[in-house]
Amino acid sequence: MFRVELSKQVRRWRTWLLAAALAGIPVLVVVAVRLSPPPPQNSQDAPPFLLQIVRNGLFAPLTGLALVQPFFMSLAIGLFAGDAIAGEAQSGTLRYLLVRPVRRPRLIVSKYAAAMTFTGTLLLIVICSGLFAGGVVFGIHAMPTLSGTSLSVVDGLVRILASGAFILLAASGIVAVGMWISTLTDSGPGAIVATVIVAIASQIADQIPSLHAIQPFLPTHGWLGYTGLFRFPVDLVTMREGLTVSAAYTAVFLTLAVWRFRRRDITA
Amino acid sequence: MTAAIRAVGLTKRYGELAAVDGLDLTVERGELYGFLGPNGAGKTTTIRMALGLIHPTGGTIEVLGSRVTAGHGPFERVGALVEEPAFWSYLSGRRNLEAFARAGSGRADVRERLDRIDDVLNTVGLADAADKRVKQYSQGMRQRLGVALALLGNPELLVLDEPTNGLDPSGMREVRELLRQLADGGTTIFISSHLLAEVEVMCDRVGVMARGALVAEGPPGTLRGTTDRIRIQVDDVAAARAVLARLGGPDMMVAGSASGPGTVDVTLSDGLGAADVNAALVRGGIRVHALEPQRDTLEDVFLHLVEGIDVPR
Repeated sequence: MFRVELSKQVRRWRTWLLAAALAGIPVLVVVAVRLSPPPPQNSQDAPPFLLQIVRNGLFAPLTGLALVQPFFMSLAIGLFAGDAIAGEAQSGTLRYLLVRPVRRPRLIVSKYAAAMTFTGTLLLIVICSGLFAGGVVFGIHAMPTLSGTSLSVVDGLVRILASGAFILLAASGIVAVGMWISTLTDSGPGAIVATVIVAIASQIADQIPSLHAIQPFLPTHGWLGYTGLFRFPVDLVTMREGLTVSAAYTAVFLTLAVWRFRRRDITA
Repeated sequence: MTAAIRAVGLTKRYGELAAVDGLDLTVERGELYGFLGPNGAGKTTTIRMALGLIHPTGGTIEVLGSRVTAGHGPFERVGALVEEPAFWSYLSGRRNLEAFARAGSGRADVRERLDRIDDVLNTVGLADAADKRVKQYSQGMRQRLGVALALLGNPELLVLDEPTNGLDPSGMREVRELLRQLADGGTTIFISSHLLAEVEVMCDRVGVMARGALVAEGPPGTLRGTTDRIRIQVDDVAAARAVLARLGGPDMMVAGSASGPGTVDVTLSDGLGAADVNAALVRGGIRVHALEPQRDTLEDVFLHLVEGIDVPR
């Protein structure tokens, strides 16, 4: 079922459209920075790593990841996880999959794995496109860390890939929430929107100071933990916290999704 | 051998409303069973429970000898069309069948299903359109693809909900012939319909459902009961009427044109058979061209059972 899901999505226009949009973002940033380098005094508002691009193309994929993560990745999770069951219910194909038969827990787990695979692939596309555009325009050099030390090019590349992996794992909780939402409704677009709203609302709540008591438990709280890879020494504690929260959300919401889906009457 | 489908006291309640209410139903293996009823009688809910899509609130249902609970049952051996067919419209007909073939379990079974794709596409006459996207299919083509999907797993039992929906008369005939052929080859077929004429011509046995329960069951012929009406074609209607009037009997009803060759409808009274009427006419010097027993149409029986009213004759 996992492979069926992959091959179905690959044959959809919207998958390619999303991939193209995400590949374009780092290119756009590199071109924009090249044409009008940002003045350093704006540094507080700028996304992480943006100001470094002019000196080193290795920062382009990181800036791309930082720009894509809050919204576009949430949208992708909505499309791949939120739509997973609800979209099949809406088109009616769900009942035909289940009578094939595909067992209900297997359907959830396969779709979850496929959603993670696609989200990961999109992040990889952003990294590759950023490396290419940044490398061509600004060149690839050894990287300064946020702590002032320096990383070799190879070391830098490894940490950029590790950032992508971290972002994916940190997103797994929201992907699981999306799967659960997807079992609650027979409306594909409804589930997509609800999933995107959860992801974005969580990020907004994470910014509101008076909510600091609940912030460590928000599914997106640890999303920026990958910046710890560019400190010396690497900030493993923050990263581990982020991944723990995410793993907890994954466990709880995947279980809920399977439980809910098994009990449900399929009337669509 | 166990029954193909056996429901005992099968019930599905939505709050106060019972969509299916204590249904007892047995479909034997190898049978072509017509499951009739008006829309809203509970046919689709029953089918969804048989396929493990809906949880019953009471009773049990077995398919091919195995108890079905939601999500569990011997569905590898069942092919199904539930309400309208549904496909991924951005994929071609063939790719849709491939995706469904791969979706089920068992490596050998997947291989077998993939190998059958060309066969089933040929069977339903879609081989030429197989590589078009389903988005471009007509409703009739989608319906055929739905039947192809149901046949994909080489099923022992086919459960088809209104399979000729959206087909033109020749498409309907083709599907009927196909189903008859499969049934003759040993496949058990359970087909629901609200079109009575459809089942009359092809089913071995029909069951009529109304308000969540079975109200009648039997071969289409017996369901219509014995007849007490005959239609006679004679060369002289006026003379025939005279003979029949002398034959007497308060229940006899004579209708038809006044004179010349024509048709007379007779409702027989007690103790008077069709043969007696014929003998009397012949003795009276009247030439009888035809004499046929008149049965209620299945529609009459159906309305009678479902509405609980007698159909005016």
